[in-house]
Amino acid sequence: MYFRTGPLTARSGRWLACIAVVLSLASMSAVAIDPMQFDDPAKEQRYRELIAELRCMVCQNQNLADSNAPLAQDLRRLVAERIRQGHSNARIKDFLVERYSEFVLYRPRVESKTWLLWFGPFLILAAGAGALLVLVRRRRSAPAEADPESEAEHT
Amino acid sequence: MLRYVIPLAVFLGLAALLWQGLGRNPSVVPSPLIDKPVPQFSLGRLKATDQRFDSADLAGEVCLLNVWASWCPQCRTEHPMLEQIARSGIVPVYGLNWKDKREDALRWLQRFGDPYAAIAHDPDNEVGIDFGVYGAPETFLIDAEGRIRYKHIGALTPQIWRDKLRPMIERLKNQSRQTGTQS
Repeated sequence: MYFRTGPLTARSGRWLACIAVVLSLASMSAVAIDPMQFDDPAKEQRYRELIAELRCMVCQNQNLADSNAPLAQDLRRLVAERIRQGHSNARIKDFLVERYSEFVLYRPRVESKTWLLWFGPFLILAAGAGALLVLVRRRRSAPAEADPESEAEHT
Repeated sequence: MLRYVIPLAVFLGLAALLWQGLGRNPSVVPSPLIDKPVPQFSLGRLKATDQRFDSADLAGEVCLLNVWASWCPQCRTEHPMLEQIARSGIVPVYGLNWKDKREDALRWLQRFGDPYAAIAHDPDNEVGIDFGVYGAPETFLIDAEGRIRYKHIGALTPQIWRDKLRPMIERLKNQSRQTGTQS
């Protein structure tokens, strides 16, 4: 009885499984777009990581790994070439940041320019928590004041 | 009184910040190459195929470098503006034909006209990457010392020419006149 009327019936469960399989296949095909050859699996791993961290400047919400744009192809080829030549990740990133600005990095670097981006949310959270603390303390130390107010708010 | 003022102030501040953001185009990325020298390059010319077009050709006078391609629709939009600038003789307009086949580019120029003093052919995006080009059209303003001074992303409009480029060009020409270099 439960299975017929519950949120996940046997039939919808099968649909979900189908959709899940199709989606995972679709994301796998992104890597197969233009397979780069590396003789060293460690280099291939670095390549995969790097292109996932670099932004496609054309479709700016995609990384280089997922984008079909011609510029993304060019940059993937460039990254692969430089990895084969033995450049470090930092050097490749520097090369691209010099030309395309920090925006090309999906993971912004932690430096003086970006510390507000990285730590801002925590600062705001702390400020909010602090304000909450002050408010709670005030309420606690002056409960008598609250009563006439709450009565006034009762319409 | 203060308990009402503070949240209001925070709200107004945030509203002002976000309002200002509404007027901006998020896909325009400011170039990190401003005030830096033009990247070194040497390409073949689109038309005179036996000649080269080098980074050195961009120095010597204030000029514009326009990145274009035959497959780029906005390049057609800005084309009359480029012709106007070329005709005015205020600055030479050089072309960087980007990720384009020679025949397609030549056909395009035949059809619409050629405003360029010279065109470098960059079919494989060797040089575009060094300029941080991520789409067409893009236009660079380069000073007499070969330094990039301004980058415009998208079609060149009369407003941009009038409000941004023209004043900068005048300023740069005056500067180089004062320091005695050729403008």
